[in-house]
Amino acid sequence: MALYEHLLIARQDISAQQVDALAQHLKTIIEGEGGKVEKQEYWGLRGLAYRIKKNRKGHYVLLNINAPSKAIVELERQNKINEDVLRHITVKVEAFEQSSNKNRRDDRDGKPETAATEEAAQ
Amino acid sequence: MSHSGSREGGGDKRRPFFRRKKTCPFSGANAPKIDYKDTKLLMRFISERGKIVPSRITAVSTGKQRQLAVAIKRARFMALLPYLLK
Repeated sequence: MALYEHLLIARQDISAQQVDALAQHLKTIIEGEGGKVEKQEYWGLRGLAYRIKKNRKGHYVLLNINAPSKAIVELERQNKINEDVLRHITVKVEAFEQSSNKNRRDDRDGKPETAATEEAAQ
Repeated sequence: MSHSGSREGGGDKRRPFFRRKKTCPFSGANAPKIDYKDTKLLMRFISERGKIVPSRITAVSTGKQRQLAVAIKRARFMALLPYLLK
């Protein structure tokens, strides 16, 4: 078993619930292969630095995974098939970072975060 | 830097101003960890055009500069940083 960080961008048109369902789906895949999702973090609808497939925004989801490599292969395969996933990256890490620099990440992106909450309110 | 003795830092008497030797911002106690998700940190090491700033300007050590370059490229791929600005 190894530790992985998995970050994915989902299409801007899908709702937060759908993103959550997607994350749950990925979680079941990993658990089916004998792995475990240590932490799941939803960053919200953030502005992308450039357009990807005509999307200007995207839902970012971070998964901290403790799983065998087989589970990661399956996870990547599923993400490649899924058209709601614009980009994904899996990085092997020695240890998961503490959430302390989440704050550093968030205050730069104050604007997209508020935009996301506004859209959710509508 | 090692080569600065011959050209820049050599003339202490001739130079009207003294340039303090910079140290690597990622070495030493409570140095920030290089992480591709930490865009705020990475922004300090890219130019106005979005290019990676060379380590001779930022004084990042060779090993850390490599890690930094990988981190910036990962951040670019995940659209956290732009490939080019403006």
